[in-house]
Amino acid sequence: MRGLSWKGAILLGLLMVPAVVVADTDGMSADERAEKLAEQQKKQTQTRTEGLSGEAASIVERLATDDWQAINDVVEELEALAAPETLPVLQALSDRRLYFDEQGRVLIEDPATGEYSDAITGETVEVASENLSQPTLTNAIRRGIRPLIGQLQLFSDDVATRRAGAEELADRPRPEMLGRLKELRAEESNPEVLRLLNIAIARLQLDASDSEERLEAVEVIADVRSARMKSELESLLETDAQGDPVEPDAAVREAARDAIEAIEERQSTARFLSDLVYGLSMGSVLLLAALGLAIIFGLMRVINMAHGELLMIGAYTTFIVQNLFALMAPQWFSFYLLAAIPAAFVVTALVGILMERGVIRFLYARPLETLLATWGISLILMQTTRVIFGAQNVRMASPEWFSGSVQLMQGVSLSTSRVGVIAFAFFVVALVWFVMNRTRLGLEVRAVMQNREMAAALGVSANRVDMWTFGAGAGVAGLGGVALSQIVNVGPELGQNYIVDSFMVVVLGGVGNILGSVFSALGLGVFSKFLEPVAGAVLAKILLFVAIIVFIQWRPQGIFALKGRAGDDD
Amino acid sequence: MSMMDTLRELGKREEVFSFLQHAAPSPALDTRHGPILYVEGVTKSFDGFRALDDLTLYIDDGELRCLIGPNGAGKTTLMDVLTGKTRPDTGQAWFGQRLNLLELPEHVIAQSGIGRKFQKPTVFEQLTVFENLELAMHASRGLWTSLRWRLDGEQQDRIDEVLALISLTEQAHAPAGVLSHGQKQWLEIGSLLMQNPRLLLVDEPVAGMTGQESEKTAELLTSLAGKHSVVVVEHDMDFVRSIARTVSVLHQGSVLAEGSMDEIQSDARVREVYLGE
Amino acid sequence: MLMRQPFVMRLARLHSGFGWAVLLLLTALALVVVPLLNQFVTPDSALYIPDWLVTLTGRFLCLALVALALDLIWGYTGILSLGHGAFFALGGYVMGMHLTHNRMETGTIPNFIQFLGRDDWPWFWVPFQSFWFTAVMVFLVPGALALVFGFFAFRSRVRGVYFAIITQALTFASMLFFYRTETGFGGNTGLTDFRELLGFSVREADTRLVLFMLSAVAVMLSYLLCRYIVTSKLGRVLVAIRDAESRVRFTGYNPLRYKLFVWTVSAMLCGLAGALYVPQTGVINPGEMAPANSIEMAVWVALGGRGTLVGALVGAGTVNGLKTWITAAYPDLWLFVLGGLFIAVTLFLPKGLMGLRQQMAGRSKQ
Repeated sequence: MRGLSWKGAILLGLLMVPAVVVADTDGMSADERAEKLAEQQKKQTQTRTEGLSGEAASIVERLATDDWQAINDVVEELEALAAPETLPVLQALSDRRLYFDEQGRVLIEDPATGEYSDAITGETVEVASENLSQPTLTNAIRRGIRPLIGQLQLFSDDVATRRAGAEELADRPRPEMLGRLKELRAEESNPEVLRLLNIAIARLQLDASDSEERLEAVEVIADVRSARMKSELESLLETDAQGDPVEPDAAVREAARDAIEAIEERQSTARFLSDLVYGLSMGSVLLLAALGLAIIFGLMRVINMAHGELLMIGAYTTFIVQNLFALMAPQWFSFYLLAAIPAAFVVTALVGILMERGVIRFLYARPLETLLATWGISLILMQTTRVIFGAQNVRMASPEWFSGSVQLMQGVSLSTSRVGVIAFAFFVVALVWFVMNRTRLGLEVRAVMQNREMAAALGVSANRVDMWTFGAGAGVAGLGGVALSQIVNVGPELGQNYIVDSFMVVVLGGVGNILGSVFSALGLGVFSKFLEPVAGAVLAKILLFVAIIVFIQWRPQGIFALKGRAGDDD
Repeated sequence: MSMMDTLRELGKREEVFSFLQHAAPSPALDTRHGPILYVEGVTKSFDGFRALDDLTLYIDDGELRCLIGPNGAGKTTLMDVLTGKTRPDTGQAWFGQRLNLLELPEHVIAQSGIGRKFQKPTVFEQLTVFENLELAMHASRGLWTSLRWRLDGEQQDRIDEVLALISLTEQAHAPAGVLSHGQKQWLEIGSLLMQNPRLLLVDEPVAGMTGQESEKTAELLTSLAGKHSVVVVEHDMDFVRSIARTVSVLHQGSVLAEGSMDEIQSDARVREVYLGE
Repeated sequence: MLMRQPFVMRLARLHSGFGWAVLLLLTALALVVVPLLNQFVTPDSALYIPDWLVTLTGRFLCLALVALALDLIWGYTGILSLGHGAFFALGGYVMGMHLTHNRMETGTIPNFIQFLGRDDWPWFWVPFQSFWFTAVMVFLVPGALALVFGFFAFRSRVRGVYFAIITQALTFASMLFFYRTETGFGGNTGLTDFRELLGFSVREADTRLVLFMLSAVAVMLSYLLCRYIVTSKLGRVLVAIRDAESRVRFTGYNPLRYKLFVWTVSAMLCGLAGALYVPQTGVINPGEMAPANSIEMAVWVALGGRGTLVGALVGAGTVNGLKTWITAAYPDLWLFVLGGLFIAVTLFLPKGLMGLRQQMAGRSKQ
């Protein structure tokens, strides 16, 4: 009965796969659609206005035109007006989501739902897309819109929106905004937004003719220690063709030198910190890749060369879940990653159980043969993936909450996925620890691995435990695959890049010791991150291998080994 | 693990380098002072469990000694220490006056004249019975000699002789893997004989043997004494009684009592350990 | 003790009369019949052997030599190496360096070295100008790597799957090393565009024929060497190490020396195979060191039958023949076939093709 339902599930899964891969709605394949959804969610946009009136309404109305000159005028007037309520219109214009119909209504498209709303009234409008046309934009106009959006965002009550606006202005401030920026600075309470505003203001003041103002700007920069201003400061210290300093005022030059020093000091701390976190993140990726192996190899002593392919299957399952969400539940799209976690676990666990029942259980006494047979399985899994999904990498679209960046300290931000993977690794380790130490299954697994005969005598079915252990190890590999799908390219060869590394982690950590694997993976990640700038990425990797081989010479049992009387009888 | 342990471990690794020496140390066995084996104050712990605890034992040249003791008394660990498989934490173990067993690797110890039969019979299953004996034959263990090795008539006779002695003449060209448990025991003893060691360490020789077979084993071991020194570990008390002259009782990693079988059996401490009286 | 016997007698005993007859026949086939059918039969004849087939067979012979080397270490000594691709490629690189010298006019250096910002040969390239130095290095370079690596690995008694994994890391690390342009071995393009060897053009069919014959001789002599090793007492010690290494130690043999010896011999044979392979394919690049290649070598041996030298040769021929046919006819199927082979051999043919007859006999008896 159980066998039948497995087969049913697998069959169903296989049937769904092609549908998800090729499904085509309104000229978009599922993964294109997923990509678009993610892209649009990333921009935290308000997708409709709350109704416009008065002057704003009369200006916006004039957007319903093909004439780019007219649009340029409209944008300039909106700039002069500086009304925050026009923000959704400007954003739609910038993202090419703004349309007008034959009646001259200006419409905004909602990226998630595909609905249109009237820009003036803010109400949803039923309209056929073939009756719509888009206002003509030049690149110059588009460039002008962005600082305007940034400026308007600064009026928002939402900190994230204000920050996005300040970010834009810190990069591309416009001189005419100086006065308004100073007003906003006086009112701003959020330190991060304040910092960005200061940068924007300083950047403008640096060109001021008054040396007092320039000095003030340099001091502001020194205070916020913004690395992005370093090159501007350095250009102050240069000399022109005649050998005269570019900056005439010695006090300003002196201040600039101090500021550069302060920035550099900050930069080196920042670099250390970001290297450390980045290294931990690399280590977490390694850990997630190796954890399943630590279970299968460590506890069962089965060399599973198809481990990399289990990671790959986990990543492809995430891809399928992503596409299913894009097709069937676009409004929930941002949560597909959460749904992918159990899905990947179940799918890879099933594949693992099939492997164990079909091949591996006949080879338990012959480890080298297991190695070869699982290698064969890995080739078949890889080729199957190639046949179904093609040899190219598939398109993964990280949900918006996973694709931003996280600020660790001023000037040090890492992508959310890098930091998220650390958290995820800890979650998975905790899960494994919990299952192994706090559940009946874990108890049985440990019993069987320590003494098969004794466990069998106590009524534990070793055979069944083997199957579940292998399934669980494979499932954990699938979880690793979910994490990898967000960080590296997802293609049929995904797993091949991780198999050697994963074995190194397990061997280094001490076989059969999951905690050892945790330390060795994180250690390897941090170590290679710090080695990279010194030796280069590839040489770092070679050095690492050499180091591991030497290390095994010295401690064949790994970092954490249980000493025992059990000898090495052949 | 402390730094010191690490250093010590590195130090121990050094021994393996001894293969760089051109020839194995000559069996400079010096037994003029009587004992062939000196074990003094040997202690070995595994994760806090003391397998050997300040153990002291002397074996005379040509003696047949039986070691008995309950499970976990340290009998197998002692054999491991004597053959170089395990290094003790403290203590001394000398083969004759000159060979420090704690500094030699396993194969050098074997070459210098200590032969060992394992508790679980280990023979080379893929090789024939004849080849098993040939490999064990006392001869140079060097790489090049092995490559160009050929048996001469005398050696051939010696193997035939041992084959007859261990009743495996008929199976001489069968792979050792197909032998029964008892036959494997015999083959392992036969291999020991081929090695012609000065000291034989024999771990449970009659496990899995019929009464008749173990009688024969007893006879064989007794006949070896004199020319060779023999240390037998055995649980089978009848067997021990049938061969033993001197018996040492091991308990919790050290020697509890030593003497003739009768003395041992009347020893109060031994009775307490064995019978809980 | 050691009876002095004429070496010839010892050689003669390597095989039965029948065995020697087959061996001689095969040698004659490779050295006489194939050249005759290639050179003196008109292309439209059914017996004609085209040039491409000669070169293809020549390459297969080199791969068979690798299988032979792997069988020595895995089949007889029980040490599975997943790094033999590295030794093979090293032999290939050594030959490739000599061939690269040959293709350059005096005083010029290849582009990939110029890109490193130098205008002369790096020191480690210079001596490969000499053919004889190259011929020695073909053995010494892989041999030295094997000796050092093996010494450390065997000394710490790394065995079984652990050894397999660190050899895989070895070939992986070597691959990364050779991929680097900075190391001066041509980066991922490797060495190619070879012209001549000892004054003969390596692109000519006649040279290819001679290379084929040389490969055949190399395989035959290596086979005899391996046979000599495995039929000696040393060979029996190797089998004993495979069965029960600690027992070997307690019998007084030092397994380290035996393993190191056979491991190094095996690596040197691989180097020879690589050196003969490269002029026949015309290219050597780091891809040869990919872990997948080395594992594939293991299936040659496993399919043919471990611990039977002939089996290794048969296995290498079968798998590579299949590969050539299937990758041309059904390219998508090849990995399925190869993967299936790995599984089928381990599950159903533990003794390989050579053990098939025995297995059949055993089954019918039941």
